[in-house]
Amino acid sequence: MVTSLATTMTALVSPGLDLEFSFSQALQGLGLSPDVAHLLWLPLPMLLVLVAAVVGVLVTVWLERKISAAVQQRIGPEYAGALGVLQPLADGLKLLVKEDIIPARADSVLFTLGPVLVVVPVILSWLIVPFGQNLLVSNVGVGIFLWISLSSIQPIGLLMSGYASNNKYSLLGGLRAAAQSISYEIPLALAVLAVVMMSNSLSTIDIVDQQTGAGLLSWNIWRQPVGFLIFWICALAECERLPFDLPEAEEELVAGYQTEYAGMKFALFYLGSYINLVLSALLVSVLYLGGWGFPIPVEWLAGWMGQSVDAPLVQVITGTVGIVMTVLKAYLLVFFAILLRWTTPRVRIDQLLNLGWKFLLPLALVNLLVTAALKLAFPVAFGG
Amino acid sequence: MTIAASTQLICFLVLGAVIAIGGLGVVLLSNIVYSAFLLGGVFMAVAGLYLLLNASFVAAAQVLVYVGAVNVLILFAIMLVNKREDLEPIKGLPTRRLLSGGVCAGLFALLVRVAFTTPWAVPGPEAVGEGATVRIGEHLFTDYLLPFELASVLLLMAMIGAIVLARRDVQATDLGTGQSADQGLIEKSRTPLLVDQPPA
Repeated sequence: MVTSLATTMTALVSPGLDLEFSFSQALQGLGLSPDVAHLLWLPLPMLLVLVAAVVGVLVTVWLERKISAAVQQRIGPEYAGALGVLQPLADGLKLLVKEDIIPARADSVLFTLGPVLVVVPVILSWLIVPFGQNLLVSNVGVGIFLWISLSSIQPIGLLMSGYASNNKYSLLGGLRAAAQSISYEIPLALAVLAVVMMSNSLSTIDIVDQQTGAGLLSWNIWRQPVGFLIFWICALAECERLPFDLPEAEEELVAGYQTEYAGMKFALFYLGSYINLVLSALLVSVLYLGGWGFPIPVEWLAGWMGQSVDAPLVQVITGTVGIVMTVLKAYLLVFFAILLRWTTPRVRIDQLLNLGWKFLLPLALVNLLVTAALKLAFPVAFGG
Repeated sequence: MTIAASTQLICFLVLGAVIAIGGLGVVLLSNIVYSAFLLGGVFMAVAGLYLLLNASFVAAAQVLVYVGAVNVLILFAIMLVNKREDLEPIKGLPTRRLLSGGVCAGLFALLVRVAFTTPWAVPGPEAVGEGATVRIGEHLFTDYLLPFELASVLLLMAMIGAIVLARRDVQATDLGTGQSADQGLIEKSRTPLLVDQPPA
């Protein structure tokens, strides 16, 4: 069921804080049929998630600039707003009004379609990211599997833009990107499979629920340390972040598949890569760091303070804590990703493929096997 | 008709049109790259049909396997072997086209006839929905275990075959022509640089 991401004061009066219900009631009060009310409700959570994703990107871009500056002992942006917080907005505005160039010998249809195919699956994947027990766009049963399959569409967009640019650097960049994301998808999926095996479900809600028993101690990172590392490495490779940013290696390929792009089409690539980074960080926190869970279970805290968990005020606080915890964990991981980018050198293409196929893949298989064995041996601790 | 039903109908019509037109495009377009990209679109539309049928696991698997793996591999192969050579015109092309068109039309007529004469059980069995993942898993490890394992053996064979074909240094002779394989391609001997050569 589609419930809400936002908690407003008006929601306090309705039981269970079901925003969809109160929204529908309000519209029916205006004389609309329940069907129409539902239709009007549907775009709201999607819009909210889209806005959240874009704002997340703006914050990440600002963090990237400031942290990279701090790493290199510079100051970074500081004139646009306090501490330069408006710099990403200025960047976005610049890209928006820039001339949109399509090279004369390029294939204009595929050239335009490529960036779209890269961005759309990433944004679609946000629909499975939970910020709380009922705070997600859609609790689809195949949850995490949907994300894996959606992220496999991206290489087609990269190949398309690489080919359509009619430029050898672009084509090489596109081929590298596709090869990289195909090879790292397999260990990534195997690492996810080990978690899924422990929680007996593909749904992101169930995966987090299974980690909420004892707060910090029940998080999957203690039971799946190897899986966590595999997932994080593969997620960085899928996002094409340093040390795995070969598809756009400046020194060899100019800018890879992005070479011929300018203006808004380039902005789509830029947006896509940052949304993907935030999404990966969110999913790491969902799969391994307890998702929206507070290090000490909120139920315990409410119990110690003598409050019922179902009281409206407690529910609002729980929801807020959930959102804050999810975002906090994700941005901690984003911080690590940015630090990694500015401190590690780039790997070579053969090292990249060797790491993926000869090290991570066998390791992920062993991890899966060990998890299965532990699940059979200790069903209490490993979700029998 | 309720809003949900009409949305479903519109989705079905759009997906059906995408599959039919896209399929024709895959066959009829002369640019093989366009054909490959269109094939990806057709696969996506088929996944959409599965979604409409309430089979979300099958839809996600369709996207992962057909779009993410098969189609990407096809594109990869096309782009790695991107030789710009003009193919020789085939003799009697119009006759060939007419013949294959006739065969396709016949097949189409047969399928339409089957579709209209078969007594479909409408409405069919109730959709399993979210329980499909469990059901598919149960079937794969009980009554469909043998086909499942055989498929994995087949894939292993194909993989080993591809590796043997790709790694020419395993064989002393070329598999296709029977001549000795050019080992020089695999390990090029170091050609002396200009500075190493004695002055003429």
